[in-house]
This record gives sequence, structure tokens and C-alpha cells, in this order.
Amino acid sequence: MLRFAARRLIGMIAVLFAISVIVFLIFNVIPNSDPAARIAGRNANPTLIARVSADLGLDRPLPVQYLTMMKQIFTGELTSYATDQNVADQIWRGLPATLSLTIGAAVLWMALAIWFGYLSAVRAGGFTDRALTILALVGISMPVFWLAAILLYFLSFKAQLFPTGSYVPLTENPVQWAYHLILPWFTLAVLYVGFYSRVLRSNMLDSMNEDYVRTARAKGISERQVRIRHVLRNSMIPIVTLFGLDFGAVVGGGAILTETVFNINGVGLYAGQAIGKLDLPPLMAVTMFGAFFIVLFNTIVDILYAVLDPRIRLGEAAPV
Amino acid sequence: MSPILTVRDLQVSFRTDDGVVHAVDGVSFEVSPGEVVAVVGESGSGKSVTAQTLIGLTRAPNSKITGSVMFEGADLIELPDDQFRAVRGEHIAMVFQDPMTSLNPVYRVGDQIAEMIRAHRDVSKAEALSRSVDLLRSVGIPNPERRVRDYPHEFSGGMRQRVMIAMALALDPEVLIADEPTTALDVTIQAQILRLLDNLNRDRNLSVVLITHDLGVVAELADRVVVMYGGQIVEDATLDEIFYNPQHPYTWGLLGSIARLDEPRPERLTQIVGQPPSLLNPPTGCRFAARCKYAFDKCTQPPALEARLGDATHLDRCWLTPAEKLESR
Repeated sequence: MLRFAARRLIGMIAVLFAISVIVFLIFNVIPNSDPAARIAGRNANPTLIARVSADLGLDRPLPVQYLTMMKQIFTGELTSYATDQNVADQIWRGLPATLSLTIGAAVLWMALAIWFGYLSAVRAGGFTDRALTILALVGISMPVFWLAAILLYFLSFKAQLFPTGSYVPLTENPVQWAYHLILPWFTLAVLYVGFYSRVLRSNMLDSMNEDYVRTARAKGISERQVRIRHVLRNSMIPIVTLFGLDFGAVVGGGAILTETVFNINGVGLYAGQAIGKLDLPPLMAVTMFGAFFIVLFNTIVDILYAVLDPRIRLGEAAPV
Repeated sequence: MSPILTVRDLQVSFRTDDGVVHAVDGVSFEVSPGEVVAVVGESGSGKSVTAQTLIGLTRAPNSKITGSVMFEGADLIELPDDQFRAVRGEHIAMVFQDPMTSLNPVYRVGDQIAEMIRAHRDVSKAEALSRSVDLLRSVGIPNPERRVRDYPHEFSGGMRQRVMIAMALALDPEVLIADEPTTALDVTIQAQILRLLDNLNRDRNLSVVLITHDLGVVAELADRVVVMYGGQIVEDATLDEIFYNPQHPYTWGLLGSIARLDEPRPERLTQIVGQPPSLLNPPTGCRFAARCKYAFDKCTQPPALEARLGDATHLDRCWLTPAEKLESR
């Protein structure tokens, strides 16, 4: 267990290091990305640009700039080039909205995916299965921004059933919180429901032919118990892996589109604005934040794996 | 003694993409209390399908089952699924071929045995688990108190088969169906499992339907032998009759295929030349005729399973006269 934790920690550091270097380098080779020129404004003379450059430390060699930025990230002193706001504060402020959106969507997508996948597998080849297959494919193929726009137009604007986005903090009004989040939850979940229910269906169909399922039937337990305790239980293992990766990715920035369309002031929206302004510090911080979550959930999944499948020992779990 | 299990004209066919497969075609036999009946045949002879039909595992949307399996006054074939479930496990239990894959890898063995007990008896989890410990001890698993909490992958193949047997015995069934219980095991372990089955048969007066292709196993355990070929029974006799007075050329072939240690080693192991018939369109006459050295014109007609020796306990399905058989064998 100690070795596992140590290896995971080293892996996380390596991943974060690699990602930060890549983001930093990409930013520096993007044409027209010199923040000093942007801040100095239109028609700025070279001396002004040079002064702004010196203020931001952009005149120093790249490795030094990189190290300074890393130091600022870990001390929480990183400030945006564009707005002069503290990046850590901004991310911290966006976190409740992002977590509300992503956790709610994750619960929804897991519940629906298990339900649909189970139904599809049990009725394989039948009408329910075919209908769910089509539904799943539609869900997978629909772009998030399009679905969100359609939902907003018909359900919020035309039918006025739902509010048109924005976020109400949970502590302020739980009912409004949930009411405002229904459409975003649904939008974010649709893709994953489609995808996971397909994976679960095929896993279950594979498991149904396993010898231990025949053994379970021979015990004289009901078909429902055979399916839930033996088929579904064993088919959940790959789903949990997928979930760990996807959930980490969604928390760490995968919800950018949903947050933008529904105007939810979360980390994703913040990242989206930073991209628009080519603002390196928030981009760097959000990317690291996302990578951290992905590695973190990956680790949690590996621990869960050992719980779900007793044949796997943590020390031998798949390397990072 | 009246039989505990009577199979009459059992037919099992499956609809597949290629057509209808008649896996079992008119199988009839009886099992008396405390009797070990071995069903012998090569792969594809229908022996496993017969066994699984006895416990209702071949019921599926694409299968068709006719005939009757009488058990304690009820016809299992006619029984609705939920009533069959009460019989399955409680009165007729099954041990499968491959103990490595027949236990669910994610549950502790004790829980898997307890699941079986609790499916039929209204007992607490703790009671079911303590019963599991007794069962594991009774099949010779050392340290059962500790082992009951282990997962299947922590057991060796032989030990897992013991777990499977313990599970099958959990509710004191009258009939145990063992589908090639030793095929996946090492030879030394096979002997242990056979001895265990033999003891259970004696001590509990347990009836056993033993599915196997291993005549060594048959000689060890069986009281009666049913030889299957191409979905049909070709010979049905007591153990001694099968070994010392076999009537069907296929049985001769099976017996001839045993590698002998007490004779000079042959160049090649003896085999029955050819392939078993396709069960999609089985031949109209004797199903073994195409591979039979002694086939003659009459073999294009299907022979019936009859007592051709005049001994009611020895049935066979071959047109040759007993005298011809004695000469050819």
C-alpha cells in the first residue's frame, strides 16, 4: 500500500510537470501571444511594451519564466495578465459551481447508464434494446453546445419550463440550485449515458456466458438475482475505470462547453475566457488543476478496482 | 426400488443461424436412489446437454425440450420456471467441469455457498456461513473457518472443485449431477475428487449422474453406464456388462481407445476413425454406421434401443446379432 501510494505520488508529479512544460511551450510558440504587447494596448511604442515586459518578467529567459510561474502556482500568488486578478482565488470561486454541475451530472449519467445498459442487455435483440441503442447513438453523436442550445431554446425560451442558465449557490437556495442545474446536468450527462450504457450492455452480454453465471443459475436463485448479483456486478468493473477517468476530466475542464452555454460561473467558464484572451496564468493553473483531478481519480479508481475485483492487489495494479 | 429420476424420450433441440441442432434425440434412462449412472460419450454426443436439461439450464428462447423427466412425482420438463427453481439446488444439484471458472471471482467462497443456502432456506447470513464452514470441512478442505472467507483465486483447482461439491451438497440434494467433474484437474487430484464423490455416494446414499468421457472415471465410480453417440443412447448396461460384454461397436471403439499400460506400447494410440455426425442433419440410419467397421446394408435403417441379449438391463442399438458381435469384438 505504501509502495502504491509512493508510486502514484511520483507519477502525479511527473504528469503535472510534463503538462505544465507542454502548456508553457505551446503558449510561447503561438504567434501574436505576447501578453506585453496586448496589455500595452494598440499603438503602444516599443519602450512601453518593453516596460510591461519587464514588469511581467517576460524579458527573462524561458526557463526562468517557467520556474517563476511554477513558484507562483504553488504559493497561490499567480495573477492573470489580463485582469490582474489572483488566479487561485478565481478557481476557488468557480469550484462550487463546477462541482455542483459535474457531481450532479455524474450521478445522473451513472444511474441512467446502469439502468439503460442493464435493460438493453436483458432484452438484447428486443424492441427495448433497439430503442435504447438508437437513443444511445443519438446521445453520443449530439454535440454538447448544440444540444444545450436546443434545450435552452425550446424548454427555457419557448416553453419557459426552466430558467435560462446561470448558477444559484446551494447554500443560498437548494431548490433553485437544483432547478437551475437540471438542464446543464442533463446536457453534460447525455454523452456519457449513451457511451456507458453501450459498454455496460456488451460487458453484461459477455458475462452472461460465463461459467459462474451458469453456476449461479444452478443454485436455484431467481433470474433477477443472477443478473444483478453475478452478471451486473462483474460487468461494473470496466465501467468504474471509465468513470474515474471521465469524471476527473469533466471536473478538470471537460465541462467548459456546458458551463459556457448555460452561463455557469465555474472553472470551465473561467478557462474558456482565459483561452479567449490568450491569458497564460489562468490557462496554466486550470490545466494543472484538471490534470491533478484526472490523476487523482485514476488513483481512486485503482483503489476501487482492488475492492471490486479481489484478484487485483494494489501493489500490482496497472502502472501510472 | 423405484427410480428417483426417470428420463423418458428426452429431446432437446436448439434453433441456430445454421438450422435446428438436435442435440439430444430420444434419451431415456433411470436413476435409482444411491445409484451412480455414468453418461459416456465423446464431445458433441449430447451428454452435457442431457445433464444440463435435467436441471433446467437449457431452457432458453431458442431451445425446444420435449419428453419427460420425472422426479418425485413431478415432470420437470413441464414445471414452470419458478417452481423448477425450488427443485434446482435443493433436490438436484450440479457440479461443473471447470472449477477455475465456475465460481464467481469477486465473492468469497463462503458467501457463494451461503447464497445457495439462503435461496432455499430462511436462515440468517451468519447461520448460512457457519453451515458453509461445516460443508467445507466435510469435503476435506483444511482450515475451513479461515478458508470460508477466501476468494476463489486463493484456492487450487482441486480445492475449488471441492468447494463446488460442498456447494452442491449444501441442501442435501437427492441427486447430484456431475458434468465432467475431474476433466480440468491433474491426475492425482482427479483421484481425490473421485474418492470424495464415491464416499458421498455411499455415506449419504446420494444418486449421481456422472457425465464423462473418461472410462477410467467410469470404472471407478459407476453402477450403470449409458453410452451416448450423436444425441442418442447407443448402449445402456451395468458397469460389468459394459466392460466385459459390450454390445455396440461404438462402445468397443471407446474401450479400444484406452491406452493400456500392461501391453507393449503401440506405434499410435488407437482411435475411432472419422468424425461424429453433424446434429444439424443427422443420418437417417444408424448414426454410427459411417464410422463402423461392421456396417452392412441393414444399417441404413435406424436400429431401436432394445434388449437384444434377452437381458432387460442391457440395451443396445446395433443390428448385428449377439453371435456376430461376439465374433467381431
